[in-house]
Amino acid sequence: MVEKQHLIDLQHICKDFDGTTVLQDINLYIRKKEFVTLLGPSGCGKTTTLRIIGGFEYPSSGTLLFEGKDIVSTPPYKRKVNTIFQKYALFPHLNVFDNIAFGLKIARLPGDDIKRKVEKMLDLVNLQGYGKRSVDQLSGGQQQRVAIARALVNEPQVLLLDEPLGALDLKLRKDMQLELKRMQQALGITFLYVTHDQEEALTMSDTVVVMRDGRILQIGDPKSVYDEPANAFVADFIGESNIMHGTMVHDELVHFSGFDFPCVDEGFGSDQPVDVVVRPEDIMLVGEDIGQISGVVQSVLFKGVHYEMMINTGETTFKVHSTVMQPQGSRVGLNIVPFNIHIMSPMPPDPCIEGGAEEE
Amino acid sequence: MKHIGKKAYLGLILLFLYTPIVVLIMQSFNAGKSRAKWEGFSFRWYTALFQDQAIMKALYVTLTVAVIAAIAATVLGTLAAIGIQAMRKRPQAVMMTMTNLPMTMPDIVTGISLMILFTFTKIERGYMTMLLAHITFNTPYVILSVMPKLKQMNKFTYEAALDLGASPSYALLHVILPEITPGVVTGCLLAFTLSLDDFVISYFTTSPMVQNLSTLIYSKARIGIEPTLNALSALMFLSLLILLLIVNRRAGKTTRL
Amino acid sequence: MNQNLYLPPWVLWLFGVLFVGFVAYGIVSVRRSNGIKRSFFASPYTVWMVLFTLLPCVLIAYYAFTDPTGAFTLDNFRNFWDSNYSVNKIYEQMGPDYAVLVQRGTVNIGTLVYSLWMALLCTVICLAIGYPTAYFMADRQLKLGSTLVVLFVIPMWMNFLLRTVAWMTLLEDQGLINTLLKALGLPAAQLMYNNGAVLLGMVYNFLPFMIFPIYTALTKMDNNLLEAAQDLGANRLNTFWRVTAPLSVPGVISGITMVFMPSVTTFFIPRILGGGNTMMFGDLIENRFLTEGNWNVGSALSLIMMVLILISLSILRKADPEGEGSGIV
Repeated sequence: MVEKQHLIDLQHICKDFDGTTVLQDINLYIRKKEFVTLLGPSGCGKTTTLRIIGGFEYPSSGTLLFEGKDIVSTPPYKRKVNTIFQKYALFPHLNVFDNIAFGLKIARLPGDDIKRKVEKMLDLVNLQGYGKRSVDQLSGGQQQRVAIARALVNEPQVLLLDEPLGALDLKLRKDMQLELKRMQQALGITFLYVTHDQEEALTMSDTVVVMRDGRILQIGDPKSVYDEPANAFVADFIGESNIMHGTMVHDELVHFSGFDFPCVDEGFGSDQPVDVVVRPEDIMLVGEDIGQISGVVQSVLFKGVHYEMMINTGETTFKVHSTVMQPQGSRVGLNIVPFNIHIMSPMPPDPCIEGGAEEE
Repeated sequence: MKHIGKKAYLGLILLFLYTPIVVLIMQSFNAGKSRAKWEGFSFRWYTALFQDQAIMKALYVTLTVAVIAAIAATVLGTLAAIGIQAMRKRPQAVMMTMTNLPMTMPDIVTGISLMILFTFTKIERGYMTMLLAHITFNTPYVILSVMPKLKQMNKFTYEAALDLGASPSYALLHVILPEITPGVVTGCLLAFTLSLDDFVISYFTTSPMVQNLSTLIYSKARIGIEPTLNALSALMFLSLLILLLIVNRRAGKTTRL
Repeated sequence: MNQNLYLPPWVLWLFGVLFVGFVAYGIVSVRRSNGIKRSFFASPYTVWMVLFTLLPCVLIAYYAFTDPTGAFTLDNFRNFWDSNYSVNKIYEQMGPDYAVLVQRGTVNIGTLVYSLWMALLCTVICLAIGYPTAYFMADRQLKLGSTLVVLFVIPMWMNFLLRTVAWMTLLEDQGLINTLLKALGLPAAQLMYNNGAVLLGMVYNFLPFMIFPIYTALTKMDNNLLEAAQDLGANRLNTFWRVTAPLSVPGVISGITMVFMPSVTTFFIPRILGGGNTMMFGDLIENRFLTEGNWNVGSALSLIMMVLILISLSILRKADPEGEGSGIV
């Protein structure tokens, strides 16, 4: 599936904008047939990175290699890359057919070929017969599919997607996520996807790149990024988590929330401050006496998939997800399997980090 | 490279636009009357300007007509826009056609038709008729400025006000008006500008006794330009420049904030 | 000039009835609903427009179709077609002094055609010069800022008579340009009181009105569309031709409207810069009314002009059905 050699290579890419540094020393490679997602909060530089690859921004310094060749000075219309813009950017003066055929007409393909390819694309995105429609008559989801068709019909090697699903409603978004994944695998094209929605990133990607403030924090497949976040920010951004400050007593034992929990990480030293992450679904509710720690249920929210309960142990308030409901005000015990406790090197204190667990 | 070419082109166009103005301004300082020879630097035309009764009177007329007409047109037009917007489709379309009509009519036809009207109804042409004419051609522009704001306005704020206990007139004053104020202000300024600059309509609707600046310039221009007119142009240009630059600065400041 | 201002009483009665009807409708509607409907805010305006816009138009139509005695006639229009057809037989009957008036009362298709031709030239030149200007002004890469726009706006706001009159200083026989030519040893040129001067004056006056709608349309254009075009393989030229130009069409239409119409009807510019040598249609109408006092023919000509304007407007509107390109407000 994902091939070994590098299709795109970003080396030491930096970008400054009016004195603000938007990208700092970005190093990233993307392989053929890979679905890579740049994930991060607004302003982290993910869109800028995408635009640099697309050719709409010049990096202040660094190298951009495409199949081994430096393409920094190549204009966008000469790159074998196509973009899907956030607001689709469909040409209002052209109908659906002409929009999709735009790139083909510029490449001067014969009329029959164009017709054939466009029709095939309309089939692929499920808009058969929409060719003559005017663009402003389409719904958001339909416009998006036209944008996809318009890009893919040119058979690019790489497709850049800039938060394409942002304007769609939830159900449609989820359907489209699966659609896009399916398309990517069927066509064998490299997808570079930008989003701030971590669930989207986890659903669709082969590789997730977590970014913040112009830097890459972690690169990995969805499972490793979720299970083994590199630091508190990643842990907090991806999935829900309880993040606490603790002390590593020694290998495989960590102290937090007033208890020494056995864990599986080692190498962090003795009596060293660390950040601890526990996912809400990994905390088990047991009888008050049998738990490693105990607390009072402060609030219960029904979320459909599970109950979300905030449990106050006196030292910390844990967010717990469980299909079993404990009524508000009751006392419960909490158990955490050692494997589910993740230890990270502490991040420098940052007022912006918010976690599911609050220190009291 | 290419950028210089583009900027040069723009510079050329600007040169074309400003050359006559610059020449006028320079001439206003020419001590002599001759239009071709430079006879020394002097302010005499400026002093003559302020002593020239005809010009001062015309200036007075121009300014007062512009102000009064702008205000009247704004009131009339704003009320009209509010009313029109509340109409059903058919009457609304009729009203909008009637509003667009004077704007599509060439100014000469408007001026002449009003002249006929005044002569026919035996109203003496003069200040009053000129004022009436200005209000007439200004109001549609006010309506056109206010309507977009009305359309943009959230329909439900008016109903929300009623829901909270406001009477229709209270709602009008405190809910609708504040939201359309930018449009009203634009319309008022537009009307003022149009009145200041108007020539043709004023020409037909006024008498030789009551001249505004434009008609005065016309009557003098047929003979030949007086140097006092040059001084007038220079002053008008200067005040306009300052005004626009201030407005531009302030607009820039608010966007930065 | 004494005009026979005879207006048949039925016109007055008509307006009286309409007015009463309007007021009655108002009272009935108020009675029916609770209090004053919002739509009645427009009534003062309606009354004003009826009095000052509709009524004058009716009067023009009236004069166009009658002769000085008030009798219905189509002679005024015949005078337009056939330059030798003498109108106002009353003037003829009045004696030899008025014969001069009759002779001068000739015309006019020629003048109309000439006006249309000049207006067309002016529009084309304004478009040719103005489009690149607007394009460069809107070019984001040049980073020109709003000060430049202000610089282009200022001449528009200066009194256009003064600006036109300013050209006199330059173009006159003893004007600046000729002085310059003499200084360089070149022969003096007849720069004024001809077609060229009038055309120059027209282009000078109307150029900003072409530039601004196009500029507005270009700046409103979504930059993403240009990037999308480049992304799909269009180089600079292709992007302009396939995306920018089609999307600027509403602005172009608006510009043409704002230039062509005033060009046809202007009378000040040909009079000042063209002397008596270039008579344009607006000139002609003014002449008929004020110099000759012939209201009937003048009204007929005005009516013809209005019809022409309406025709050209509907043609232009077909090209821009949504009216997106409004450059005024």
